[in-house]
Amino acid sequence: MIPAPFDYVRPSTVDEAVQALAAAGEDAKVLAGGQSLLPVLRMRLAAPTTLVDLGRVAELRGVREDGDTLVIGAMTTHYDVQRDALVAEHAALLKGATDTVADPQIRHRGTLGGAIAHADPAGDLLAPVLALDASLVVAGPSGRRTVPAADFFRDLFTTALAPDELLVEIRIPKHTGWRAHYEKFNRVTQAWSMVAVAVTVRTEAGVIEEARVALTNMGSTPVRASGVESALVGVQASADSIAAAASHAAEGTNPPVDGNADVEYRRHLAKVLTGRAIAAAAGA
Amino acid sequence: MTATIEPEVGKSRRRKEDERLITGRTRWTDNITLPGLLHMAILRSPFAHAKIVSIDTSAAKSASGVIAVYTAQDLDPDGAIGMPCAWPITPEMKAPRRPVLAAGTVNFAGEGVAVVVARSSAEAHDALEEIDVEYDELPVILDLEAAIADGAPLVHEDLGTNTSAVWKFDSAEAGTGGNVEDAISSSEVVLKRRFRQQRLVPAFMEPRACVVDPTSTQITMWSATQVPHILRVMSALTLGIPEHKLRVIAPDVGGGFGGKIGVLPEEMMSLLVAQKLGKPVKWNETRSETMLAAHHGRDQIQDITISATRDGRVTGLKVELLANLGAYNGLVGPGVPILGAFMFNAIYKIPAYHFACTNVYTTTTLTDAYRGAGRPEATFAIERIMDELAVELGVDPLELREKNWIKHEEFPFTTVCGLTYDSGNYEAATEKAKQLFDYDGLRAEQEKRRASKDKVQLGIGISTFTEMCGLAPSRVLGSLDMGAGGWEYASIRMLPTGKVEVTTGASAHGQGHETAWSQIVADQLGVAFEDVEILHGDTQSSHKGLDTYGSRSLVVGGIAIVKAAEKVVAKAKPIAAHLLECAEDDLEFAGGKFTVKGTGTSTTMGDVALATFFAHNLPDGVEPSLDSDATFDPENFSFPHGTHLCAAEVDTETGRIKLRSYVCVDDVGVAVNPLIVEGQVHGGLAQGIAQALFEGTEHDESGTLTTGTFADYLLPSAADLPSFTTDRTETPSTTNPLGAKGVGEAGTIASTPAVVNAVIDAVRPFGVNDIEMPLTPMRVWHAIQHGTTDAGGPGRDEAGGGLGSIDATGGAQ
Amino acid sequence: MRITVTVDGTKYTDEVEPRTLLVHHLREKLGKVGTVVGCDTSNCGACTVHLDGHSVKSCSVLAVQADGCEVTTVEGLARDGKLHPVQQAFHDNHALQCGFCTPGMIMQSIDLLADNPDPDEQAVREGLEGNLCRCTGYQNIVRAVRDAAKHMSPGAGPEAERIAENKHVGVGGD
Repeated sequence: MIPAPFDYVRPSTVDEAVQALAAAGEDAKVLAGGQSLLPVLRMRLAAPTTLVDLGRVAELRGVREDGDTLVIGAMTTHYDVQRDALVAEHAALLKGATDTVADPQIRHRGTLGGAIAHADPAGDLLAPVLALDASLVVAGPSGRRTVPAADFFRDLFTTALAPDELLVEIRIPKHTGWRAHYEKFNRVTQAWSMVAVAVTVRTEAGVIEEARVALTNMGSTPVRASGVESALVGVQASADSIAAAASHAAEGTNPPVDGNADVEYRRHLAKVLTGRAIAAAAGA
Repeated sequence: MTATIEPEVGKSRRRKEDERLITGRTRWTDNITLPGLLHMAILRSPFAHAKIVSIDTSAAKSASGVIAVYTAQDLDPDGAIGMPCAWPITPEMKAPRRPVLAAGTVNFAGEGVAVVVARSSAEAHDALEEIDVEYDELPVILDLEAAIADGAPLVHEDLGTNTSAVWKFDSAEAGTGGNVEDAISSSEVVLKRRFRQQRLVPAFMEPRACVVDPTSTQITMWSATQVPHILRVMSALTLGIPEHKLRVIAPDVGGGFGGKIGVLPEEMMSLLVAQKLGKPVKWNETRSETMLAAHHGRDQIQDITISATRDGRVTGLKVELLANLGAYNGLVGPGVPILGAFMFNAIYKIPAYHFACTNVYTTTTLTDAYRGAGRPEATFAIERIMDELAVELGVDPLELREKNWIKHEEFPFTTVCGLTYDSGNYEAATEKAKQLFDYDGLRAEQEKRRASKDKVQLGIGISTFTEMCGLAPSRVLGSLDMGAGGWEYASIRMLPTGKVEVTTGASAHGQGHETAWSQIVADQLGVAFEDVEILHGDTQSSHKGLDTYGSRSLVVGGIAIVKAAEKVVAKAKPIAAHLLECAEDDLEFAGGKFTVKGTGTSTTMGDVALATFFAHNLPDGVEPSLDSDATFDPENFSFPHGTHLCAAEVDTETGRIKLRSYVCVDDVGVAVNPLIVEGQVHGGLAQGIAQALFEGTEHDESGTLTTGTFADYLLPSAADLPSFTTDRTETPSTTNPLGAKGVGEAGTIASTPAVVNAVIDAVRPFGVNDIEMPLTPMRVWHAIQHGTTDAGGPGRDEAGGGLGSIDATGGAQ
Repeated sequence: MRITVTVDGTKYTDEVEPRTLLVHHLREKLGKVGTVVGCDTSNCGACTVHLDGHSVKSCSVLAVQADGCEVTTVEGLARDGKLHPVQQAFHDNHALQCGFCTPGMIMQSIDLLADNPDPDEQAVREGLEGNLCRCTGYQNIVRAVRDAAKHMSPGAGPEAERIAENKHVGVGGD
């Protein structure tokens, strides 16, 4: 279908974008990659009065290092994240998860910032961002602020962003050399994750020294499986030890129920997929 | 021409159709634009069942770009127009009037309530939001068994019932077999099973569209339809338009699969609106509209009883179906389950058979033909229960089938339904399939995995099928009360320069008729493949036909071409003899040449065509024309068959299914174009596998279709399907001169039970003997854990995934 | 808003509503009907074109976002009447039946080969996961893509599609 009419603003800088968003009022929407927004508009599930297109704000694109931190501009496309050498080296989990997002065409346009701001609990990039202890840099009329990922995702499709704020950067502490795996489970390749597990581990001689585990679609926001994380510390990666740690995966979760999965099945999948993700990451 | 020309029939010719399609020089209905074209958008009911209290179109009428807004009151004030149903399966069948736009009541979510006509499609859609409709909701009827229970709320009050018709066949009564109750009561083994054929969406890639131009001498309607001829005559009958003043064109059509067999309210609306305004109008649907408003397929509850001797001979088969028509009778909807009535006995010699189908109305989108139309449902039921019977008897499922199937030497064979299968060789197809599949090797692997309690189990699924296609001998259709014949038409025009124009009544939407018919004509007339032009789809040029469905185009339409070509040759012969100054009997015709027997003296078909055109020197009494036509009515259905073997791995920890291999050996008689045949099989397999594993509509308790987009209704991409190993045996048909059998639906008919049988086979050690389609991972896992067959259903919570909601405040997207 | 888009080598300047999808701009304003719309939710991929050298679903791009960019559609592939190797391979391998998904399938296949000039079967299937076909069952499409790969020079990617001559077609109105 065809979207309802809207006004369109195309700023060239972050400041212009913030001003445009403020000027456009409550019913404005930011247009990032458009791969989530445009289908919503086409289905007329939303009818914003103004779209603020970040597509030409060059300063929002690109990956750079800032000391011990990897900084990814919010408008960096999935395609660019997949191919970035810095991401591969310092945040392998993000690359692994991005590889599973949608399809090639959508990855050419969709952006990391857009996906994070959209906060679809079944989206694949929220759990990795949470697992990597990222911070989200937000710009608004009163300047910039930084929100830890753990505080950023509030509810389904709801983040810490105020209506007049933009996500500008994703700051990820370098996890250089950490091994990672994103285990995605869906009904067909185009389908959203029923459950998915993001795991990144630091290993020394087959022993897991540190682990980060986060779950996709086991709640209205991504969830850290801290029970699994602590169970893995100092553990020699083996089938039994991994299974034991993975058995904590569903603790504290409130999984949604939909046509694809009920609570029992989701909890079960979380454990099985967590075990597989750890095994793949730790090379067991 | 040389005498050593290879026959065209049997060649894997690349297609003539491709050139335009791969370069984007296409003629989809939505591509068509005309001066002053207006655009229609339809307001559809969000409620599955409601009285329309009021419709206020005043605001919409004054919206930007809007020319008119119509309701049923405007287009059909007398309530006289009813959408046609061409298949009243019984004299008592209920026939609720299906209006062009809802009149007073809406009976399914998606039924059209009003239509906006505007200068642009965007403006037409914008104006939909300005229409104010007040509804009074009525009870929703979704469940088949609840619908026929006493005291059930009615879809159509005036019918007094939700039962549309009951259709029965009994072999004892028909004199074609024994009494099934006697057989069941006297048999050592009796199995009863209930299977569910879920509702599917045909999901052709091109959404439907229609353009009507009332300004030309014949009112011209372009429509993305499979049935331009049927659409023409039905539109004339439905709206009272003189048939000779109506021209229907199916331009390029992007897939149909039965889903574009229809006479649509939207097409009728377009005709009415265009005539009212005196201007061309276009209706072009969105995918969301297609999902909701285009007819659905399948949707049956099947109660199957099979009886057998302890040593594995089937003695009786009883089939009781509940079939969901949806809210109305589709063009052939009531007949779809009946088409399967004669196929439950399949390839087997079953002495006694009983079939009963109850067609039921519910407040849902209507159902009608979808690839296989009744026969996939039948094949599924019999092939599933044969596997269950094999387990019950403790025998190998292939051995059980072989014990009961019709042997090669027994053809032609008249079945317990009274159908005569002309030819077949189930032994040869099965033997080839087993070898290609490594049946014994996979059984051995299955044993090993079972013994070691491997987390990944292996299952082997079998489907040995036949089907009845090539619709159809007209007399049989008459005996089934189908409101049309089953003949097909072709005409051949011999042009002066030696080229050939052929019109066919078949209406391709991907099947490659232009190529295959050119091959047939090339062989028949000895002209070059490139020198043949096939015209189709336009009632002004290919004026006569019964269109494409039911795997009929080759075995009925192709034979019409053969017959027409024979007439051309027969007309050419006396002219050739005259030119060569010999007797007709002295001439033989081969490779496009008439040659005087025993000499080198000859003249080509092209020479004869030119001479006929000049008409300077023709024999007395001969018309100066070689052009001929033929209307061919087949004497029997076509009975392709095949053996399909599927190896499925089941990850018992997650319920995920992986198709390890899929082998099929199909027998479609003589193949005109093996490449096209193979392509039809591939596509059919994909759809049958998708029914088994991925597809299925879901409605919530208010009757809203919750799988209303491609984000929720899951079609497989290339990444979700394996490569197939396909092969053929060739047992020619004995009922047509080409020896060909239909192939269009075979892959779909066979594959669904092959896949389901494979998965059940894999998890049988866990005590599972059925899982309902689609076999989602959760269903499989729950079956293993808890023995349930149908885990899952509409969700409880608002979940992520897909469009979601961005009403939530705070959240730049 | 006034936008300029170069499509299949020709520059077009037009006044468009911001809500106009790129696919509708191509089809309705520029007459490029070779690219089609198959769904509402960005699943089917029938609308796939190349935007500045990368495949995109043109139903999920606004025309205004394509301002100043280069678009290649299926209609811009053939050179001097000679088919692109992928087009040829689709024909040779019977990789289409009704043809509706074909333009998108061809455009995505070209993109996939630009990123991976010698894909195995699995890589082709995954590379086409954003394109639905209801007719072919995909098998011949996969065969065609691997066949095309053999006939294409390595690295013939986005650069190969830039056309030297740009014709400006003046300003269209709304």
